[in-house]
Amino acid sequence: MKSPMKIRREWLLLAIIVVIALAVGARAPVFLTWRNGMDIANDSAILAILVMGQMLVLLTRGIDLSVASNLALTGMACALVGKAFPEVNIVVLIIMALAVGALLGSINGWLITGFNLPPIVVTLGTLSAYRGAIFVASKGAWISDQDIHVAIKGLPREVWLGLPALVWFALVVLALSAVFLNLRKAGREIYALGGNPHAANYVGIRVPQRLRLVYTLSGALAGLAGLLWVGRYSIAYTELAAGYELTVVAACVIGGVSIGGGVGSVLGAALGVLFIGVVNGALPVIQVSPFWQQAISGAVILISVAVNARSERRSGRQILERQGAAA
Amino acid sequence: MKAWNTWERVLLALLVVLLIVFGTSQPGFMSADTLADSTFNFSEKGLLALAIALLVVCGEIDLSIAATLALSSLAMGYAMRAGAGPWGIGAAALITGCVAGAVNGVLVTRYKLPSIVVTIGTLSLYRGLALVLLGDQSISGYPEVFSTLGNSYIGEVIGVRWLIIPIEFVLLLVFAVAVGLVLHRTTMGRRMYAIGANPVAARFSGIEADRYRFALFVFAGFMAAVAAILLTGRIGSTRPNIAMGWELDAITMVILGGVAIEGGRGSIVGTMLAVLLLGLFTFGMGMANVTGIVMSMVIGVLLIVSMVLPRLLKSKGAHA
Repeated sequence: MKSPMKIRREWLLLAIIVVIALAVGARAPVFLTWRNGMDIANDSAILAILVMGQMLVLLTRGIDLSVASNLALTGMACALVGKAFPEVNIVVLIIMALAVGALLGSINGWLITGFNLPPIVVTLGTLSAYRGAIFVASKGAWISDQDIHVAIKGLPREVWLGLPALVWFALVVLALSAVFLNLRKAGREIYALGGNPHAANYVGIRVPQRLRLVYTLSGALAGLAGLLWVGRYSIAYTELAAGYELTVVAACVIGGVSIGGGVGSVLGAALGVLFIGVVNGALPVIQVSPFWQQAISGAVILISVAVNARSERRSGRQILERQGAAA
Repeated sequence: MKAWNTWERVLLALLVVLLIVFGTSQPGFMSADTLADSTFNFSEKGLLALAIALLVVCGEIDLSIAATLALSSLAMGYAMRAGAGPWGIGAAALITGCVAGAVNGVLVTRYKLPSIVVTIGTLSLYRGLALVLLGDQSISGYPEVFSTLGNSYIGEVIGVRWLIIPIEFVLLLVFAVAVGLVLHRTTMGRRMYAIGANPVAARFSGIEADRYRFALFVFAGFMAAVAAILLTGRIGSTRPNIAMGWELDAITMVILGGVAIEGGRGSIVGTMLAVLLLGLFTFGMGMANVTGIVMSMVIGVLLIVSMVLPRLLKSKGAHA
């Protein structure tokens, strides 16, 4: 997994981020202040949580397009429960968000493994289905600031040991993902089955079980992100975070996670999130129209997949040459 | 690959059921005027679905197709501002669409990138460019001919009053027949199935797979531009969020039409039946005052059910 090429790639991405940050800082020193850094970290935290789930799915050659709908549905569910039961505890809400999200994610996993369906189509279907379910659950109404439970609103505004709570959540998720993927057997098996599903089956990895696990985890993280999103922006409505799934996939791709499965690291994906965060944070500071944001992230996706593909092809060609020499 | 198979029969049966249910429950649904007008809602999406069906048969996908539509519509606006006539405006849209499709094609074939990633990237890029160029503005005041193209009936134009078929729908049918003939009746079509079913074997049998892929991406851009001309004409203005999210609708039509997402299977007959089915379903639900978001939920569930059912039936058959 750890070829020198890949390590260099992550440093390269980090270097690009630092250069952007310094260049913007040179024009507008306010960009390099601690406060602005925390703003960017806060904005990136929710994306980082979603990206960890998406990365697990991408590693298995799948894709989860339903994360944004899941986020919005779980967020709405938490907001509704918070509105109906004013005494509810924040811990209960967090557990509920994780559970509802995991349930929605496991539906994806169950459909994909149970009927052997392509993940992109299943999650495309649940993308619409979950989005519609929000409307049904809320009867189309918005839950605005005054109706959001105090605990939900308060959570993202907490500061623990000098860091905002959102950043702590993201760091914990990142750390757990790193431990899971690098040190646990199940995590290594996910890389193995993404690299070669047939071989994984032959060496005794229970592929359907692992697939259900990644979709459930992706769902649980989307649910957690939903609770935090509703808290941070203190609003819940049907169109919440619509289309955000593409940003999540984009952050993964920029961070070097391969859509073809089996390749990607927590550090890379986290840098991908940071890149999007820094670019989004920098545009208003250097007075570029925020409309540029989408075009830039599109261009960056294309450049980074092209760079990834070139480094992958280089190693691939070597194998072909050796085979040719042997024959 | 047969154009008329079990799945097409199922879709046709569903279409009949749908017509009966809406026909009896919604007074006025079964009149010729209503049915003709309902086609306005899905003709442009149907054009996108035809192009996506060919790509999916080849094992590729184009998520940027609606963004290409937006960019083409923008090109129409700029051409008009530059003083171009109707032909110039149309040409600007078509050229922009083909170029946008060619960019996808080059990235997929030359750089060997997976089309889903490439087109997610170009989706952001094209939609982003439309946003950058237009911001929160809109362009309107197109020549009358575009409004006619988008809003009129073929009968009015050729002077046969009773022929109340919208021009948009006629164009959709013409393209559907053309695409269907190419896919089901020509060597090119057979080769597209071969590429989708087994790209390596297809390449070894001498099929220029990359040339086909490239051509199909350009064709997708071209269809997006045709849809852009019709849609821009119909609503009379260009906004950066024009046709937002239509790529998912078009893909849903294609999948529901029985085209296998892994490539190599599917038909244009099925795709067109799914276009009609979803289009009339959406229209009928609209008449019954169902909100758009609930409709999209039903369509999402329908998409999953349409994939689960055949597999359930197949596995039952295997056991028996």
